[in-house]
Amino acid sequence: MRLFALLLLLCCSMQSYSQDCNNTLYGSLLDIHDGSVLTGATVIVAQTGVGVLTDLDGNFVISNLCSATYQLQISHPSCSTKAFSVLIKDDTQKTFKLEHHLESLNEIIVSGKKTNRATKSIYENLVDQQTITTFSSGSLGDALNSISGVSSLNTGNTVVKPMINGLHSSRVLIINNGVQMQDQEWGAEHAPSIDINAVGTLKVIKGAGALQYGGNAIGGVVIASAPKVPLLDSLYGKTILSGSSNGLGGTVSSSLTRSNQNGFYTAVQGSLKRYGDFNAPNYNLSNTGVFERNIAATIGFNRIDYGVEAYYSLFKNEIGILRASHIGGAEDQVQAIASPVPSIINDFTYNIDAPRQDVTHHLARIKGFKNIENIGLISLQYDYQQNNRLEFDVRRGSNKDKASVDLVLDTQTLTIDVASDISEKLTTKFGIVGSLQTNYANPETGVRRLIPDYDKYSIAGFASGNYDINQKWVLEAGFRFDYTHMNVFKFYRRSFWQDRGYDNQFSDLVVEEIGNQLLVNPKLDFYNPSFTIGSKYSFGLYKLFANYSLSSRAPNASEQFSEGLHHSASRIELGDLQFTSETAHKISLTLQKIGERVNFTITPFATKIDDFILIEPTGIRQTIRGNFQVWEYRQTQAQMYGLDLDANLSLTDNVRFVHQFSLVKGYDKTSNEPLISMPAANTLNSLVYTNPNFNNISIAIQSNYVFRQNEFPNTNFEVVLPDSIQTVDISTPPSGYHLLNLNITAAIRPDMQVGLYVNNLLNTSYRNYLNRLRYYADDVGRNITLQLKYNY
Amino acid sequence: MKILQLNSITNFKFQTMKTMKNISFYALLSIAMIGCSDDDSAPEVINDEELITTVILTLTQESGDQVVLTTVDLDGDGPDEPVTTVVGNFTENTQYQGAVRFLNETETPAEEITEEVLEEADEHQVFYTTTDGLNIETQYEDEDSQGNPLGLQITLTTGAASQGSLTVTLRHEPVKPNDGLDSAGGETDIATSFDVTIE
Repeated sequence: MRLFALLLLLCCSMQSYSQDCNNTLYGSLLDIHDGSVLTGATVIVAQTGVGVLTDLDGNFVISNLCSATYQLQISHPSCSTKAFSVLIKDDTQKTFKLEHHLESLNEIIVSGKKTNRATKSIYENLVDQQTITTFSSGSLGDALNSISGVSSLNTGNTVVKPMINGLHSSRVLIINNGVQMQDQEWGAEHAPSIDINAVGTLKVIKGAGALQYGGNAIGGVVIASAPKVPLLDSLYGKTILSGSSNGLGGTVSSSLTRSNQNGFYTAVQGSLKRYGDFNAPNYNLSNTGVFERNIAATIGFNRIDYGVEAYYSLFKNEIGILRASHIGGAEDQVQAIASPVPSIINDFTYNIDAPRQDVTHHLARIKGFKNIENIGLISLQYDYQQNNRLEFDVRRGSNKDKASVDLVLDTQTLTIDVASDISEKLTTKFGIVGSLQTNYANPETGVRRLIPDYDKYSIAGFASGNYDINQKWVLEAGFRFDYTHMNVFKFYRRSFWQDRGYDNQFSDLVVEEIGNQLLVNPKLDFYNPSFTIGSKYSFGLYKLFANYSLSSRAPNASEQFSEGLHHSASRIELGDLQFTSETAHKISLTLQKIGERVNFTITPFATKIDDFILIEPTGIRQTIRGNFQVWEYRQTQAQMYGLDLDANLSLTDNVRFVHQFSLVKGYDKTSNEPLISMPAANTLNSLVYTNPNFNNISIAIQSNYVFRQNEFPNTNFEVVLPDSIQTVDISTPPSGYHLLNLNITAAIRPDMQVGLYVNNLLNTSYRNYLNRLRYYADDVGRNITLQLKYNY
Repeated sequence: MKILQLNSITNFKFQTMKTMKNISFYALLSIAMIGCSDDDSAPEVINDEELITTVILTLTQESGDQVVLTTVDLDGDGPDEPVTTVVGNFTENTQYQGAVRFLNETETPAEEITEEVLEEADEHQVFYTTTDGLNIETQYEDEDSQGNPLGLQITLTTGAASQGSLTVTLRHEPVKPNDGLDSAGGETDIATSFDVTIE
């Protein structure tokens, strides 16, 4: 129709103004939302059929135009095509704007209807695609670290476990494409089994406000979602190549998506990461290489009102653990701590020897949704995950190549939920989640099980709603109840069983006695209610979020059943069969300002956790291998409070200053001591120069100062050596440190971006309090990464 | 950037969709049912294979008189403390031939770990250390394939009458050669001390 009109117009104009046709149109094309330039757009003059492309600055030139009104059709890969009419008289300059907006399919995420937010009364931190790209050669934990209030518990530099406001492991839920990861998250040296390159957006909800994902997120929820697929006929993808000077390795990641206007889409993504030993400024960190392989595929169909999607991903990661960190008992610890350099430094190699981890994670998911009038959007999801964790220790004889830990965790989950718009103002969501989990410890290892065999059944129901009182106020409330049943088979050493007094209390649980071990079959039930209420108030340029949440978490298998030497920590860890659930109360506030030049968010919070499960040293145990410190899990009352601050100041059109500050304090209220492993206060300050008119260049210089942690419990202990008594100082935190980083990115072509990232620019030697290997070696030194990103 | 127009799949219509939904529903149901199959079978017991429960250091003088030092810790890193026994006292100014054995007595018959240590001599070393005042000197009598000391066989020479403790340490993957225990590194597999007397 439009074309017909254009043709008609064309004929008329040709006739009336055929005499003067030496005019030139100088056009520029911008995105209507943020004014960014649109490069590579096609501009077609309807009357003549002449077409040009916009250049890197979004400009285009069309000459030989007559003095007339022309119709232009402008199209861009990520915008809807639009027609403009321009009156040409002499040479004309004009700016055109396109809406950089796609009718996205969305992840079929349930709340995706009106908004993608998982909660309304908690400020959600986002890591965008561009930032994620800079972490292509790192890990999920590294990318999350860029958010204020999120830190990580590290084992070396490749095992990065996210920590939200000082809480980690089972207190942080990780949602990967709508599936709660079940990847043996209980271990402090277990990093999430997610490929950072498969992630489109990364979101962090601090605290337990997002009840649809779980009521046990005392720390918070990390939501990683695949990039959205547009509802257009298209075939596109990207490849990212990175090479790094530290570790002498690189990462290749590629994705290809085929989308259709009719709703059918397929996507594949894969990545490969290979690094050798990393370097501290003064020495090689022997056996710290990494070899990661991932692949993911999606196939789906979306018809707005209904759709299905199937997704599968395989994550496989082999990680070397610093050789010098694998030691015996307290005597070895004394030497390792006293020694300024690691006890074992070999030449650089790509080989990954023991001690090492080899983790394989399969995730398969199918989900569907249908919008039913008068009821709402009904979603159904089934997922299956298998996590196999192999840990290889330095072993002797025929056991040399055998894993010391071989655990297989299978989890299946079925979720049904209904999201409804009851009225213009009130929306609700109800859901039921059932899951079945089996843990199997392979007896072939020849090492007593770290985590016992168990079956876990759980069922949960949740309901939440939000009510828009008026333009300014939104109220939100939710409730969830989880029931968990665990059927556990565990072999206890008789000596431990008696030492704990379990022989008097739980003699009925004993199934069988074999040698000096007892097979015990505890059946445990946990009932966990959780609740959240909050509101958001908008006034002028400001928004105020306020939320209270009650969350409760059943103890995990490690807290309940640990019983023996934990090699990687060189200590004996003891769990307790009698633990009850943890209950947390958290209040958080966020004040957000979105101004023209100044943006900031400030988020103070306070958390009180009843029956908080922590592990602490309780004594020394003498064994034939020498003395080991004994760490026992214990329940106590804990309190935490802190503050996260983010600010963004535009100094000029091209230069901005970005500031971040995070602080968290945690105390054990029973012993009146600080909690162990709390992140130290830290501040991140960057100066960023961007120029969209010059290859979209961005230069950022970033300063990261981590203060010394001055509050820590004293867990030092004394050990009797053949010739002396020595204090083993395992608790004193290392000094504060300052790191400089430099990030430069530029588009060398519309479809090609180059990045140069320099971390630890000054090659500073430092040790991080939250790195479990800090006793043995410095953290990594300078790393220069060159990255090429190609879109097609 | 280029966009490829794909029209081939546009034919994928409503009907196909319905079938797909049905298939996926049944697939889902069946997977869920397989998953719920319950087996209550008890797991198999694991005895730590590399556990060393017992150290026996036998010191024999030319006359045949022996001093036998034994440590037994049957529950490994469990709460029971190791039990140390010293049979016999050393004689002043005497040379002893020493041999150390490592056993895993949780298995029947007891597993001789000494053989594994000998097989992997390059990766092991036994150290003998004494407290100040105990007049004992030790000397290695065996070596690994690289000519570095191993320590399964030693000569122990006593001096004047004295008392103190003698510690036997087995290190796995120490730095070899080394200047003694403090600089050897590696992982301690055995560290056991005996209170001994020279008379």
